[in-house]
Amino acid sequence: MKNFAQLFLSLDETNKTNEKVKVLKDYFNTVPDTDKMHMLALFSGRRPKRQINSTLVRNWAIEASNIPAWLFEESYHVVGDLAETMSLLMPQNRGSSSKTLTEWIAEINELGDKTEEEKKLWLMDSWAMLDSSERFVFNKLLTGSFRVGVSQSLVVKALADITGIEAPALIHRIMGSWMPETYTYEQLVREQSPADDISRPYPFFLAYPIQETSEKQKSADDLDIALGEPGEWQAEWKWDGIRSQLIKRGGEIFIWSRGEDLATDKFPELHPFLQALPDGTVLDGELLSFTNGQPMPFNVLQTRIGRKNLSKKILEESPVAVIAYDCLEFNGEDIRQKTQTERREILEQLQTATPYPEIFRLSSLIEFGSWDELGKIRGQSRAMIAEGIMLKRKSAAYQVGRKRGDWWKWKIDPLSVDAVMIYAQKGHGRRADLYTDYTFAVWDGDKLVPFAKAYSGLTDAEINKVDYFIKRNTLEKFGPVRTVKPELVFEIGFEGINKSTRHKSGIALRFPRILRWRHDKPKEEADTIESLRGLLGE
Amino acid sequence: MPKKPLLEFTDKGIYCAQGKFYIDPWKPVDDAVITHAHADHAYWGHKRYLAHHHSREVLLYRLGEINLETVEYGEKVMKNGVEISLFPAGHVIGSAQIRLEYKGEIWVVSGDYKTEDDGISAPFEPVRCHHFISECTFGMPVYQWKPQAEIFNDVNNWWRYNVEHNLATVIVGYSLGKAQRILQNLDLSIGNVYTHGVIENTNEALRRNGIKLNPTIRITPETSKEEARKGIILAPPSSVGTPWMRKFNPYSFGYCSGWMAIRGAKRRRAADRGFIMSDHADWDGLISAIDATGCESVYLTHGYTAQFTRYLNEIGFNAREVHTLYGDDEGVAGVPEEEPDKHAAEKEEVPS
Repeated sequence: MKNFAQLFLSLDETNKTNEKVKVLKDYFNTVPDTDKMHMLALFSGRRPKRQINSTLVRNWAIEASNIPAWLFEESYHVVGDLAETMSLLMPQNRGSSSKTLTEWIAEINELGDKTEEEKKLWLMDSWAMLDSSERFVFNKLLTGSFRVGVSQSLVVKALADITGIEAPALIHRIMGSWMPETYTYEQLVREQSPADDISRPYPFFLAYPIQETSEKQKSADDLDIALGEPGEWQAEWKWDGIRSQLIKRGGEIFIWSRGEDLATDKFPELHPFLQALPDGTVLDGELLSFTNGQPMPFNVLQTRIGRKNLSKKILEESPVAVIAYDCLEFNGEDIRQKTQTERREILEQLQTATPYPEIFRLSSLIEFGSWDELGKIRGQSRAMIAEGIMLKRKSAAYQVGRKRGDWWKWKIDPLSVDAVMIYAQKGHGRRADLYTDYTFAVWDGDKLVPFAKAYSGLTDAEINKVDYFIKRNTLEKFGPVRTVKPELVFEIGFEGINKSTRHKSGIALRFPRILRWRHDKPKEEADTIESLRGLLGE
Repeated sequence: MPKKPLLEFTDKGIYCAQGKFYIDPWKPVDDAVITHAHADHAYWGHKRYLAHHHSREVLLYRLGEINLETVEYGEKVMKNGVEISLFPAGHVIGSAQIRLEYKGEIWVVSGDYKTEDDGISAPFEPVRCHHFISECTFGMPVYQWKPQAEIFNDVNNWWRYNVEHNLATVIVGYSLGKAQRILQNLDLSIGNVYTHGVIENTNEALRRNGIKLNPTIRITPETSKEEARKGIILAPPSSVGTPWMRKFNPYSFGYCSGWMAIRGAKRRRAADRGFIMSDHADWDGLISAIDATGCESVYLTHGYTAQFTRYLNEIGFNAREVHTLYGDDEGVAGVPEEEPDKHAAEKEEVPS
């Protein structure tokens, strides 16, 4: 664990990519192979199962810190990270421990069968043996996700340098549902075939946005200059669903979401069509709810994502189908290096053969002769329940991760309203101890009704100014939430708007964010609930 | 009618009606007693100033021609029957707690303070009083400082590493206080200390005041970048990200501040190294300092006042939160202490 804690300290001690890669290489070269795999698992989002619920961890941490519970909570709001708060508040360690990361994780995993009393004893003893930097990573193991300012791609780069294996191959090998307890370093670095793990998905190819902000509109001329001949490109609608990879291998089926979650059981409607695919097939596409052959807005699908049990009612109200747009494996062969056009032909063949054309749908190609024409078609996106247009170079291979050049997303402009900030809460991580999470309201007569929360869209300098305003204009405090004097007006952008029974305002927004601070607008001129309802478009 | 307290909190600052003077007022007044020369405590525009001897030259440098009287620690000054005396606050060179006594009642205004001896400011001295007005910039239990010997060991090792790897070493701290504390605690066997003009101006003022500081070399357009790379460059926060600093590329940049205790705050600064070094008392320091006064009541002026006040009341103190314009009312981790020479720092000529 000392090595692992030192890894964090060293990563924190530099802002330079090359230095970070060097630190990661040093770590890999120092620790045993099992530690390497555990570290890889953690940095790629594979956290050990939570064996002590976080309320208990919190309560015991409060006890170990010997401060009142409210002060612990206040400290958490200042620090913005639970694991860090606990490590800062506990007294100095009395002993030390030379256990490796692997040994610690094994101990954590054995806790499942223990009584609460035993768990507490183990935890208190463990804390007493770890210094503050070790305690921090240990608490992360126990409680949180491992988002730590180092991307998976840096870890992969370091590993690629050490092993001589190319990064895309490594990224593929750490996809899917492997466990550091059973997947060894030796297995990772030796030659592999798709058959080694029939459930393993390919890394997703992600598109780059054509326009990074809504204020810098791209014209047809810009596209002409940037992308060249329209005939070299394939255009499709950009569907707003769950990006997924669907696998049929060795008689088994697997559905993976973009976040590398295995979601096979969540979509029983898809099983018959997947079973009917030939073995050795992998499709890439978007899962959406459909009604009468028409896609439904994302919020319909959202209502079933979080459910543990899919009731008959849910399956009837939001039946799911896939809109497929790529084929990555065919007849057991990795075909990602074939061109977009070749892969599209194979995909169409597969779709023609399916007995379930209502479930296995094709993402239709948009015919267009010029960028100008495509720009006009893009204007119909909202009516198509699409987020805009996808552009894919016909001659391009299917690549790994977010790459510029061959896949572009050309989203429609967000909808927007001007709203007044009325509540604020402190942020986390980089935004710890600053008020960065805001609730916005529009006018309903002479009252302000909250309708959206937004966390992003301001620059650091603007955040500092807003934070300064909030701290001097607080009307009331409710726990971590402050009621702020209604005064600041912001333009709030969002991708979609729907009716909602769960929100006071009666509406729910998709991806709300701050587009800009309207210094020029007094609060009286903010938008009204009627103008928001007008956007519902019924 | 209840007796009027000796000190009141007004919209101009902390006011002593009996003595007709203010302590660290932020609006122009006739008589101002100044705890220390930082910009949020020593404002321009008062008719008469009273401060410690060691604040003299810095105050004159920062505020220009002012009518200034200075005194030694412990020396007594009478104003309208109120006895004023200054005691070391340990915050920066010349910083003082202000002790007032009138008809047997004693008040102490802490200004900013730290309880650890930094080797350059006169060490903090607890003063017994009935009423204590204290800061609490770091009044949360997550702020616990390490002994400064440990921190400077890290600083010196980092400097040594940079020299070996041909990286310039830029260390950032406020120009009054942190800069001199760093200067006096560096291992000068590693190399020379180069200073940004804003810091060197403050150093010169302190040297005029008779303070002995380690030798420094002012960075000018003629300074050799290669020579500076072998030494350490002392720079103010306002120089971060300016062309002046970029000239030293490749460099490693270290930030010295109590806020560095929190990873999020450190990441916001985008510093390569964050050294947790503060001129304010940490959580334990604040509580021990307040306890040592034996006060009947304590007033918290700036920092995490709400939380700290509540805690003090729970453990048996009689604590109250008051609103002032010192520091920031909630110890904003993102907003730096005001730099009077901010614009000067931005305009500093870049070395060749």
